[in-house]
Amino acid sequence: MDELKIYTYIAVFGSFAIYFGIAWWARAGSTSDFYVAGGGVTPMQNGMAIGADWMSAASFISMAGMISFLGYGGSVFLMGWTGGYVLLAMLLAPYMRKHGKFTVPEFIYDRYYSKTARVVAVVCLIIASLTYIIGQMKGVGVAFSRFLEVDYDLGLYIGMFVVWVYAVLGGMKGITYTQIAQYCVLIFAYTIPAVFISLQLTGNPIPQLGLGSTLADGSGVYLLDKLDMVVTDLGFKEYTTDNMGGTVNMFAYTMSLMIGTAGLPHVIMRFFTVPSVKAARQSAGYALVFIALLYTVAPAVGAMARLNLMNTIEPAAGQNMDYAERPQWFKDWEKTGLLQFEDKNGDGKIQYNADKATNEMVKVDRDIMVLANPAIANLPNWVIALVAAGGLAAALSTAAGLLLAISSSISHDLMKGILTPDMSEKNELLAGRVVMTLSIIVAGYLGLNPPGFAAGTVALAFGLAASSIFPALMMGIFAKKMSGKAAVAGMVSGIGVTMLYVFQHKGIMFIPGTSFLGDMGPNWFFGISPNAFGSVGALVNFAVAFAVLKVTGPAPAHIQEMVDNFRTPHGGVSAAHDH
Amino acid sequence: MEGNATYWSENLRLIFICLAIWFVVSFGFGLILVEPLNAIRLGGYKLGFWFAQQGSIYTFVGLIFWYTKKMNDLDKKYNVEES
Repeated sequence: MDELKIYTYIAVFGSFAIYFGIAWWARAGSTSDFYVAGGGVTPMQNGMAIGADWMSAASFISMAGMISFLGYGGSVFLMGWTGGYVLLAMLLAPYMRKHGKFTVPEFIYDRYYSKTARVVAVVCLIIASLTYIIGQMKGVGVAFSRFLEVDYDLGLYIGMFVVWVYAVLGGMKGITYTQIAQYCVLIFAYTIPAVFISLQLTGNPIPQLGLGSTLADGSGVYLLDKLDMVVTDLGFKEYTTDNMGGTVNMFAYTMSLMIGTAGLPHVIMRFFTVPSVKAARQSAGYALVFIALLYTVAPAVGAMARLNLMNTIEPAAGQNMDYAERPQWFKDWEKTGLLQFEDKNGDGKIQYNADKATNEMVKVDRDIMVLANPAIANLPNWVIALVAAGGLAAALSTAAGLLLAISSSISHDLMKGILTPDMSEKNELLAGRVVMTLSIIVAGYLGLNPPGFAAGTVALAFGLAASSIFPALMMGIFAKKMSGKAAVAGMVSGIGVTMLYVFQHKGIMFIPGTSFLGDMGPNWFFGISPNAFGSVGALVNFAVAFAVLKVTGPAPAHIQEMVDNFRTPHGGVSAAHDH
Repeated sequence: MEGNATYWSENLRLIFICLAIWFVVSFGFGLILVEPLNAIRLGGYKLGFWFAQQGSIYTFVGLIFWYTKKMNDLDKKYNVEES
């Protein structure tokens, strides 16, 4: 066994041992422990847990890779996935915490006094969360198969088992404390290679500053200018200005991601775990600090990885690397099929450019950029091992949060709330654990047999959250008179418009060939891509809700009183405890 | 309680200020005005690009903490703190 493998085993199984230890220490004894960690998590702890919950395999593995190839266009993910926390902190979290219930659909039920609204919310939540989990499970499988060279399937089973132990045993309480540990693992794993690479390229150890510095090769050229030059020479669009389908599309995309972030139930429910309204506001701030640590490093990772990749293949203009002399990481990733070379002109050298006819790097998967980055930059083996553990921590922590969102919406909202309201607390806790076990099995199955439309559905998850859940919650708090009928009409039409748009361009349920307008830029509404359409759906939701409200009349007086009550922290929060 | 109505309107005013800043740094500087701002340099960064990939995020963090502090003061002023 080589050195890298030994380090990787130590990093991965060492971190798993820590998670198990925490799970045993933080076992859940009540439904309050299981759903909201007993409501006793401090803002700083909650901020870290939100960070780990939020930063998924997609943030850890894919985001820097996307930025790497999209350049400036990748900014939509950076702004969209952080700006949503401003909305959460000011528009949703404090009031929903004050109201003091266990789940998002429960809040919607109380506020809109409608079982239909609750069921619609549960359905949105399950679709959004399940699609997300598929991505996490795939991330676990890929990390295991690449770094430990075990089967993708076996890797997935190990991942399922680890999540099962701490999520089922500890519920929200176990998940919260393991997420804190996972945050520490993933942030170290992300920043250490970035610091090394920034130091190598620019001499500045802080990646956020390194990205704006001159190169360390003595040329005095700024890193970003050099990158712009290298990519444009090869026919790619300029890195710092490539705007991904125009300003309108970027605007709508960013807005969709922001309000989608604020409307994702697995994030919102983390705010139910803190003891007070004040703590809910604070934990949004801490959460964004911990998220920003990774999100401000990501653009540096993306740009530097792109530059390193370009420089490896073509160290100086016209001096392309011989395929026979390609480095070890190149061979490793070729084995996975994520990197493919085809010697089109038969000269034995690697040509990489934007022209489809002469480009010989026929496949460079975006997901390999973060994972291969340390190897491309010749970093020591323990750093590569750390990245493996970090990727797993990111995937597992998000999967656990999503599983809890799903199981609580089924055991608490559907079973306890609608089907069998007289269920005892003990039985509800048992039901929660059984449902979570089943959810893990379903998620594992979907990870093993990912449906063909898996990639497209993540966009759908944000679209759903943006067009249904966020407007419903916001109007519930800020429009005192908003009635149940109007809110349901708004949610249904918001989802309807978004799904219709996504399906008409991407195919019904993403089945190729069933798209009736074709996935083509010219047919897009104002040039807005289907991924970015959630913001339009949200506008439709607001408009329909207010129109229906006007026709059908306001919410009853006792509901309006309830809104007044959760608008001020006064009177304390009690419901989450003596529920 | 008529105090609660002014508490709420002060809160709304704060939210409005914060969201205006939120909008300007991200959608304004990062997207709509990115081209003119890119003419200005911040070290190796073009300024518009910097706002889109760095500056907006720092501002978001600052905004949330500022809002939290102002709201805590407001809770005290109107005596609606948690008991």
